[in-house]
Amino acid sequence: MSTIDATTAVKKATPVGQRREPGLASRIVARTSSGVVQVVLLVVALFWLMPTVGLLVASLRTTTDANASGWWEALTEPAQLTWSNYDELLSNEAITDSLWNTALITVPTTLLVVVVAALAAYAFAWVEFPGRDWVFLLVVGLLVVPIQVGLVPVSRLFGDLGIFGSITGVVLFHTAFGLPFAIFLLRNFFAEIPRELLEAARLDGAGELRLFATVVLPLGGPAVASLGIFQFLWVWNDMLVALVFADSESKPITVALQDQVRQFSSNTDVLAPGAFLSMIIPLLVFFAFQRQFVSGVMAGAVK
Amino acid sequence: MDQTISPLLGSSGTFLPVKGPLTMATVTFDQATRVYPGSERPAVDKLELDIADGEFLVLVGPSGCGKSTSLRMLAGLEDVNEGAIRIGERDVTHLPPKDRDIAMVFQNYALYPHMTVADNMGFALKIAGVPKATIRQKVEDAAKILDLTEYLGRKPKALSGGQRQRVAMGRAIVREPQVFLMDEPLSNLDAKLRVSTRTQIASLQRRLGITTVYVTHDQVEALTMGDRVAVLKGGLLQQVDSPRNMYDRPANVFVAGFIGSPAMNLVEVPIVDGGVKFGNSVVPVNRDAIAEAANKGDTTVTVGIRPEHFDLVNGETKSLSKDDKAGLAVTVNVVEELGADGYVYGTAHVGGQDKDLVVRVNGREVPMKGETLHVVPRAGETHVFSTSTGERLTD
Repeated sequence: MSTIDATTAVKKATPVGQRREPGLASRIVARTSSGVVQVVLLVVALFWLMPTVGLLVASLRTTTDANASGWWEALTEPAQLTWSNYDELLSNEAITDSLWNTALITVPTTLLVVVVAALAAYAFAWVEFPGRDWVFLLVVGLLVVPIQVGLVPVSRLFGDLGIFGSITGVVLFHTAFGLPFAIFLLRNFFAEIPRELLEAARLDGAGELRLFATVVLPLGGPAVASLGIFQFLWVWNDMLVALVFADSESKPITVALQDQVRQFSSNTDVLAPGAFLSMIIPLLVFFAFQRQFVSGVMAGAVK
Repeated sequence: MDQTISPLLGSSGTFLPVKGPLTMATVTFDQATRVYPGSERPAVDKLELDIADGEFLVLVGPSGCGKSTSLRMLAGLEDVNEGAIRIGERDVTHLPPKDRDIAMVFQNYALYPHMTVADNMGFALKIAGVPKATIRQKVEDAAKILDLTEYLGRKPKALSGGQRQRVAMGRAIVREPQVFLMDEPLSNLDAKLRVSTRTQIASLQRRLGITTVYVTHDQVEALTMGDRVAVLKGGLLQQVDSPRNMYDRPANVFVAGFIGSPAMNLVEVPIVDGGVKFGNSVVPVNRDAIAEAANKGDTTVTVGIRPEHFDLVNGETKSLSKDDKAGLAVTVNVVEELGADGYVYGTAHVGGQDKDLVVRVNGREVPMKGETLHVVPRAGETHVFSTSTGERLTD
């Protein structure tokens, strides 16, 4: 009996500061508030996805259906959906060639930007050389130069060099204008690496290149991956540069699709699947690199 | 941590990754000077230091004294503006770090976070192009010494602070370098682990026989670990000596106050005939010392007395003087009881001003706060320094 008495006494004597069961009202508030947030997020996400879903559905309908009704009609009549547009698209050489051109422009540009920027960023962050900070300031200054300023002078330059209207020209232009931001981003990330790690590697006998490859690059992985994805997206989606510097042989998908837009109508059967295809590829790239976005790569390095 | 020492002792030689350095790895700082850009005063000023082969030398001093800079100059991580640094017969003054054949343990360990413990430890050998099997063997040997065998496959973030510290040590010993450099390797450990690791590092170093330069701000670490201790202050070398001599014969007021805990009492007292006046007593000090001070025109000297070198005189039983109030009256402010000993922190009126003194007393007979003690410095245990220069006067 005495023990029971003791426990009940303890229960009664619960101090004010101790955790108590939350009241019904506060529980309801807690539930609904997180629920409301989730619902709102869902609605926003659906709203943003609407055009993409519309594009996907439209790309799966025939021209006749598309001209007859809006894409949402297909949701109630799934029988309308067909792969025929995609079949035609993939047998359309103008489109497949331009898709190939896009890849030929995007992949080398991304690689060039990432490699050159990573090396430059390492130098700006960790190699002592005279005037280093001034040169870096210059690079940062280049961030504010709009791409349009370069179009005419670079066109002339490329004309003189004989690479106007070639994939090489487009790649070089993209690389040049991508580098300032890329260097800026990576340099700031690399500078966060603890100095002692690099010193330890130097004492372990590593030269600059090995230091870069075995310590800086692995630790800078997340930043390099982000940069790679952004650069890929920007170049993939670019139209302005390609419109100016590419000719009919070297034009990428963005320009090729724009060719399908007519003054008073559009070739929906080509545009919709083409646009969707050009959109889904960068997404796949993103998901492929996604696992590189890991936090805490630096954990355990110091202390 | 203690058990990691025993396998080491039980199998001396078996696990030794080093058969003994092939060359004499002495280290010489020859007037080495480092001036940081934009700074007038050198961070390290004409450092002159000879470290013998296999010696454990500790650089100690307050923060900003240049001890870490000296170490980094030896590592090649810091430029040497003047003078030279030699390892053995080799002038390494302007060699890049990777060509110096030295290994360093950093204060924050600087482990490669993306590599496993084994890869961390074998990184230097991998760069040197050592065959994989040899690397594995050496890493495993070192891991056995440091009790890290079961952690070889882990990443640093999955280790405790003490384990990381050992990995950093392991990375250094796998290298079999000519010189070990350690930059406050224990300061990130908790107090208990620090004491046990201290012993471990010291015994490991004796075992390996590799010349070691160790930087710390903790004078206890310096005294307990080093064969010799070098005290720096403001970029200037104050004294290099064995821990015993450092304690018994500090070269100047700074070293006297820095080495020892609680610190030595330093009191400025007037010179009188036959010694210096200490309260009501005249404490005899070396005649030459007094003469030397007088020659400099000083009327006072700075007397240093360690807390354990005060004798209590109460005037009733074993008074040293005819006067009951012999010695110096110390009013007790605080008593620290450490069990075996007690330390009395008190105030005394010496040389015309109130002065804080620390006196060690018997742990069983500690005075109460507010009481007055009468103390006399023990003859022969006083240190006399010039008030004007701070240099030691007595022998």
